Amino acid sequence: MSDLKSTGPQTADAPTPEDALHEVAGLEEKNGKSGGPVLAADGTPLKHSLARALRLQKLRALGLIAPLLIFVLVAFIAPIADMLFRAVENQIVSNTLPRTVQALGAWDEDASEVPPEEVYEALYYDFFIAAEARRHTRLGQRLNYENAGMSSLFRGSGRDVDDFREADVEAIQDLDDKWEDPAFWTAMMAGQGGEALIEDRRAAFMALADLDERGVFGDLQCAVSGLFGGACDPAPEDIALNFSISSEIIDLLPLTAMAYADFGVFTVLEDGDVVTEEEPWEAVLVALASDLRALTPEDLAAYEGAARDDLIAAKAAVDQIDPESFAALFTAADEDWGTRSPWLTIATYAPDYTSGYFLNAVDMQKGLDGPEARPENQQIYMMLFQRTLFMSLVITGSCILLGYPVAWLLANLPMRTANLLMILVLLPFWTSLLVRTSAWKVMLQQQGVINDTLVWLGLVDDASRLVMINNQFGTIVAMTHILLPFMILPLYSVMQTIPPSYLRAAKSLGATNWTAFWRVYFPQSVPGIGAGSILVFILSIGYYITPEIVGGTTGTFISNRIAYHISSSLNWGLAAALGSILLAVVLILYWAYDKIVGIDNVKLGG
Amino acid sequence: MKFTKTLMATTALTVAAGTVGAQEMADEMTIVSWGGAYQQSQINAYADPYQEMHPDVEIVWDESSAEAVAKLRAQNEAGNITWDLVDVVAADAIRLCDEGLAMEIDPDEDLAAAPDGTSAEDDFGDLLVSDCFIPQIVYSTTFGYRTDMVPEGVDAPDEICDVWDLETYPGKRALEKRPINNMEWALLCDGVAKDEVYDVLATPEGQERALAKLGEIKDDVIWWSAGADTPQLLADGEIFMGSTYNGRLFSVIEEQGQPVGMMWDAQIFDLGGWIIPEGLPEDRLARVKDFVMFATDTQRLADQAKWISYGPARKSSAPLVGQHADLGIEMAPHMPTAPDNAKNTFLYNYEFWADYRDDIDAKFQAWLAQ
Repeated sequence: MSDLKSTGPQTADAPTPEDALHEVAGLEEKNGKSGGPVLAADGTPLKHSLARALRLQKLRALGLIAPLLIFVLVAFIAPIADMLFRAVENQIVSNTLPRTVQALGAWDEDASEVPPEEVYEALYYDFFIAAEARRHTRLGQRLNYENAGMSSLFRGSGRDVDDFREADVEAIQDLDDKWEDPAFWTAMMAGQGGEALIEDRRAAFMALADLDERGVFGDLQCAVSGLFGGACDPAPEDIALNFSISSEIIDLLPLTAMAYADFGVFTVLEDGDVVTEEEPWEAVLVALASDLRALTPEDLAAYEGAARDDLIAAKAAVDQIDPESFAALFTAADEDWGTRSPWLTIATYAPDYTSGYFLNAVDMQKGLDGPEARPENQQIYMMLFQRTLFMSLVITGSCILLGYPVAWLLANLPMRTANLLMILVLLPFWTSLLVRTSAWKVMLQQQGVINDTLVWLGLVDDASRLVMINNQFGTIVAMTHILLPFMILPLYSVMQTIPPSYLRAAKSLGATNWTAFWRVYFPQSVPGIGAGSILVFILSIGYYITPEIVGGTTGTFISNRIAYHISSSLNWGLAAALGSILLAVVLILYWAYDKIVGIDNVKLGG
Repeated sequence: MKFTKTLMATTALTVAAGTVGAQEMADEMTIVSWGGAYQQSQINAYADPYQEMHPDVEIVWDESSAEAVAKLRAQNEAGNITWDLVDVVAADAIRLCDEGLAMEIDPDEDLAAAPDGTSAEDDFGDLLVSDCFIPQIVYSTTFGYRTDMVPEGVDAPDEICDVWDLETYPGKRALEKRPINNMEWALLCDGVAKDEVYDVLATPEGQERALAKLGEIKDDVIWWSAGADTPQLLADGEIFMGSTYNGRLFSVIEEQGQPVGMMWDAQIFDLGGWIIPEGLPEDRLARVKDFVMFATDTQRLADQAKWISYGPARKSSAPLVGQHADLGIEMAPHMPTAPDNAKNTFLYNYEFWADYRDDIDAKFQAWLAQ
């Protein structure tokens, strides 16, 4: 109790370094009329040399608190900021399906048609590499929060995407075993001019696989761990890929070059293999077939590079095949791809930052024409926020009602009795939270102590025992009990400082007991009520475990939903949005309290 | 995100620096499970015999399976995987596999074949519901009721719809505070055929219908969220009947001797098993694979049933299930898979719930809060 130090204004009688500055300013004002600035012994203006001395002092003070400051920043502020940032972050869509998102930009969302074939084609190449890296299911999970069914749509399509346009792949491979020979491929692709393409695909893959560039900080970290004998993997942006693509090939076979670059980057960065030893993916052959169909024989004849004859033969083979459209292939894998629903979801959540989580947190959703209310049977969060605020207020109120008399007794009884009473207040405070909550369960349940007593006394019929738990009442009772010490202790320490002689003086001047209390004693104890109320209210607004255990369905708080989204549904974005709103509400209330009551009037101790 | 990642990576690197050059298999292994009698059965059946064979291996147990998915995601983002083997339910395994947080396994290579030579893939059969999941037990969620609270002259409840029959069986019910299982039971009792339940539940009308059916008993339901709640409520006489895991009911009935009866009708099967986190260093991975190979062989899975009434996930283990280690009773009749108990069962549809969980949960919670 006496440990609780004052948070109110400091008593300003002790001299501070700033006082010297003010004094100098005062001196200069006086001297300003008579002559130049006041000089120190070495001739520099006194103001400057003082400021320098002060700066040094401040730096030293900062240095002293630096360990704590850095610790708080790194271990507390940074993780919270990182977590809250997830409420708007949404890069996963454009990282996983970059080409699709770009192609979708031209699609008219209001039209009644599904996107054109180019979008499906882009989706194929995006999906292929995402499936290889096992990232498509992660995106499916993300989009499933917005549209039920996306999860299995992505998981299922990931299994089938290997087999798309199998006829093309087989036709080319049947021509010659060369096409399955990694060395033949590297030789055909090799040359100058494709560096930009390869680096572009490397960046795309690093975004997809969530590989961060190491940067300066990472290099430093590597150097440090190197000092202790630790090994450091090369940074993904520095690893040599050891394959090249010629500009002729890029001009002649653009899709193939891109698919091959994807394949090469993946092989090196993800699998740690060598490109010249790995057989290219099906997607590379599918791309080759598409490219060859688009070429005229003259184009190929004009090509001077490697494997020209093989390409001509391959073109002849694939020209025999009538390719299935990617739209048809995806629709065959899952009929939902043939509807607008998944496309609308992808298009709506394509931007890197989204307001979707925040809208969801206030029972709204993104519609075609901007934000709209969710269907009534899914609205829950506003109600929970209101309930949380209302119940926190009720709990704070009941803490004041119960705590005030106890604190008064503590402050006014003789020392011996007061100490005993203080132990009675502190004992539950030191008991485990779970034990106290479970004890309330035993007390309040229908076969519990209170109901049994009431039935035994004949006040309540055995068949109609009172329902006092698993509802709001249970939560309020249990939480009031748990938070009561946070009200009593600040009240007590404020009341201790109110001299008893004031009350006696009021009475001797003719005040009744009530007037003396209400006009003289109570106003002096208000700072204690303020401090206790802020403590209890802010603690209860974020309470989690007690409502979870005794709250049933009508007594749970918003924090129970936040916990659910963090640990069960894994919708961290929504949890972060709910948490941000809760934080904002607390800050606004604190600000309002400061405006109305004034935070200077809050006292935690004498 | 990048900042914290780097931060965590620094810690990881400093720790890793000390272990560079370790031998092929790590000597320490952190296994995550559910705590309680279930974890004890795993220690007795798997870990103790394994440590007898490898005395220098130390096993650390962590009781975090309930939050395994969230914690694994956090470890993965921090680039510092501290767990080696995690016990999860099948739905979580699918989720972890989808998120790329669990390692894919090859059943025939990573798991032991049955004694008669049947390959692991065939021996586990349909229970390999995800590429990352190594099944261990079959458990079921079913109802228990107070035998002394059955009204006189009435038969004990023996079918799922008795849960809704408040006239014949007055008293409170306990149901889990989530839509999974409850929605299925509600539709079954609303006259939907067993094989159509998930088709109906996929439609908004079907979801409304299930909630309406649950609404009939809403005022008499206590919603539980921890597996220990229903056994406690039954023991206190707070409820007449409630759903929970069959192993918990076994312990209330046989080990504690409470007047509680089992109602096996429409029990919903689910699976518990292991996943190996993605991204383990090679020495730790080698140790875990060695342990998993041992701990999921036919005899070990059968042994676990000595301590807890969950069915082994291998077909070849079923005939080997013996007696309870302390009580000496035959365990086979207490298995959810025993023919007498499994007359009418329901298989949890993982694919469906992976898709509809978020959507239906929002509606369910809004409905609950009304």
